[in-house]
Amino acid sequence: MEADDETSGPMIDDEIYANGVGGDDEKRNRPIISGEPLDIEAYASLYSGRTKISRLLFIADHSRSNQAMELEALRMAYDEIKKGENTQLFRDVVQKIDGRLGPEYVMDLAWCESVDRRAEQKREKLENELNAYRTNLIKESIRMGYNDFGDFHYSHGQLGDAFKNYVRTRDYCTTSKHIVHMCMSSILVSIEMGQFAHVSSYVSKAEQSQQTPEALDSVTVAKLRCAAGLANLEAKKYKLAARKFLETGHELGNHYNEVIAPQDVATYGGLCALASFDRTELKNKVIDNLNFRNFLELVPEIREIINDFYSSRYASCLDYLGNLKANLLLDIHLHDHLETLYDQIRNKALIQYTHPFVSVDLNMMANAFKTDVAGLEKELEALITDNQVQARIDSHNKILYARHADQRNATFQRALQTGNEFDRDVKSMLLRVNLIKHEFSLKQAKKS
Amino acid sequence: MEALLANIQGLSSNAGDLSNLHIILKQAHDSLYAESIRLLPLLDQLDPSIHSLGYLYILESCSSGAFSKEQATTMVLPIARFINSCDKEQIRLAPDKFLSVCRRFKDHLMLLEAPLRGVAPMLTAIRKIQSSSEHLTSLHPEFLVLCLLSKCYKAGLSILDEDIFEVDQPKDLFLYCYYGGMICIGQKRFRKALELLHNVVTAPMSVINAIAVEAYKKYILVSLIHNGQFSTSLPKYTASVAQRNLKNFCQPYIELANSYSTGKIAEFETIAQKHREKFDNDNNLGLVKQAISSMYKRNIQRLTQTYLTLSLQDIANSVQLNSAKEAEMHVLQMIQDGEIFASINQKDGMVSFLEDPEQYKTCQMIDHIDSSIQRIMALSRKLTAMNENISCDPLFLGKVGRERQRFDFDDFDPVPQKFNI
Repeated sequence: MEADDETSGPMIDDEIYANGVGGDDEKRNRPIISGEPLDIEAYASLYSGRTKISRLLFIADHSRSNQAMELEALRMAYDEIKKGENTQLFRDVVQKIDGRLGPEYVMDLAWCESVDRRAEQKREKLENELNAYRTNLIKESIRMGYNDFGDFHYSHGQLGDAFKNYVRTRDYCTTSKHIVHMCMSSILVSIEMGQFAHVSSYVSKAEQSQQTPEALDSVTVAKLRCAAGLANLEAKKYKLAARKFLETGHELGNHYNEVIAPQDVATYGGLCALASFDRTELKNKVIDNLNFRNFLELVPEIREIINDFYSSRYASCLDYLGNLKANLLLDIHLHDHLETLYDQIRNKALIQYTHPFVSVDLNMMANAFKTDVAGLEKELEALITDNQVQARIDSHNKILYARHADQRNATFQRALQTGNEFDRDVKSMLLRVNLIKHEFSLKQAKKS
Repeated sequence: MEALLANIQGLSSNAGDLSNLHIILKQAHDSLYAESIRLLPLLDQLDPSIHSLGYLYILESCSSGAFSKEQATTMVLPIARFINSCDKEQIRLAPDKFLSVCRRFKDHLMLLEAPLRGVAPMLTAIRKIQSSSEHLTSLHPEFLVLCLLSKCYKAGLSILDEDIFEVDQPKDLFLYCYYGGMICIGQKRFRKALELLHNVVTAPMSVINAIAVEAYKKYILVSLIHNGQFSTSLPKYTASVAQRNLKNFCQPYIELANSYSTGKIAEFETIAQKHREKFDNDNNLGLVKQAISSMYKRNIQRLTQTYLTLSLQDIANSVQLNSAKEAEMHVLQMIQDGEIFASINQKDGMVSFLEDPEQYKTCQMIDHIDSSIQRIMALSRKLTAMNENISCDPLFLGKVGRERQRFDFDDFDPVPQKFNI
């Protein structure tokens, strides 16, 4: 993700002009996990709220090999938590830091206690208020009360309780605006909890309440698209995820920082699209998509990857992907899916490469994919076995020949096979019928 | 006894007399049993081909009861002779007597450990007692057991090649298919074996039985050998008890089948080794070994789909064989068996895989297709006939009628107009 970071902030402009010329090469030669604190800081600055902390912790957890980076992430998480009220998370982080960051970053019991005490007071106050509202039966106030409770739990890290309270507000929603608000809060909490099934159900709920258009402004719509995209991504429905991300309006801007940055929309959407779209779809829905282009400008690497892929410069495309990989692996949402996505992209590239040819020289192909012939052979073998590439490999001369299925022979074969199957099935059916009949007449005989 | 003998001798010539004799014999049944020991010499006075019915009754009572080895030896010969020369019409008057004689005959042979002696007479017995070649008698399984024990698989095949449709006892069918499956396995006719075992596994049953369980075990292994895959879900016409319970009885086999699909030979062998004792107890170890070697074949066959040429060493590597030499042997064997189409270039150790040369243009192929069509048309006619038969069957109609108690007015066809003159 740090590749994205560099593009963010002051560097964005430079990147846009520099891409494709010298800037890329420079970037390519850069060590993949750099310990520069700048990266994490820039990355973290893209987000706000709880997701910032969880993302930082995620980076810390997944860069154990790189202590400088881990500590940097933990340090920033510590600072960030201190701004909030989540003492449980604070304790965890302190434990993770384990005194490695010097005396400034140790357990601050006084802070914890004061926060907890304040929290307790606030909770009582909220409870009293809510009870009062409930006795008065004022719908709107009850809704607000529950909502406040939800916010309170959320800021203290009790996501389950927060979710429950947000959902409770549903019975007291009077306008569609309220419903959308309820949905957005629930979605936010669900994403934090990793409950993506909830996310998609609340997204559809929010979209259903669209009868009154003023309830859904374009920012909210974009947010919902993002949330749906994330849910699909987690459910491994990459094609749907790609569609949702591609539909995300550029109004999103930085409004949804507590969940997703616009850079992420480009990355997630771009990778999912590459992995699941065919060429025409890629052209129509991604490259020619004016709206999505705005996002892609934020992450030039992904744009380059897509363009390279479309214009069949696979080596450079795969190169970019390889360079981005380590950073993308540090992304909280992409981490579990990156391998699959990468494999799919690579397979698609291989399939596309072989598709137009009658015969392909494996040496040249290996060159184009920056790999050796033996490895390429294995990959192709897997694809052929999967019937994704209709070809056969001449391992002696290292040539791949396209295979033309003989329809006539195949039809004969299938006809004979079907005949045999029919023969077998009918015979065993007749047998079974006789057995059943026998049993039946036996029963009859016994009765009479 | 003498009177009975005289009756037998006198009343064996025409149908009317025979039915009288049958009645007499039935009445004498108990006394025959009482004197069973002394009856053997009486048989010498009868001719088995003319006095078949009487001979049968006496023979049946003689052969009842427990026997020592010596007695069995004396009994086997007359029974075999009787089976060979008896009159079809007469024995069909008392089929259960005949069946029991034949069954005893088999028991005697088992006692003497000479199953081979029974193969030919039993085949004759089947031919004499069955009403048509589609009729499955209780003697079929007995015959197949004798074939199996004496390793006369070929003799068994002659019976298995006939399609069976009529069944007297479900147990006969279970055993017939199970033993038949084993014989086909012995002859490496896996397709037929699979068909027979499939019939056992999917046959209607109200309780699970040991034959079905054993057949299912073999079914799993044979389908691995023959098809290279096994799906644990049974067709939906399978009896529900079988669907629910069979898998639980065959856990090691299921495990084996699952590991087969991964294509990793080492893994498969570990599992085979782990349950070795169990497979051995079930007498299926040979089949497990065959499944392992079929895995090599399957893997080589897969290579033919992906490669045009491949060096022997590469083949050895990708199918996990030890050496190029071994790979060559495997490929050679498979070419010989017609399982793959390839040629080996020994100079540089390359194998070129070819396409199936069958062009479906030869006269033989057209003949073959034609005969298949004819066969299937005949089968389809049979199916229609069967369907009509059942829809006219009073028992079936009774059952259906009971399920739909009341008849609507619409069910009765009004009398057509033109008859209302």
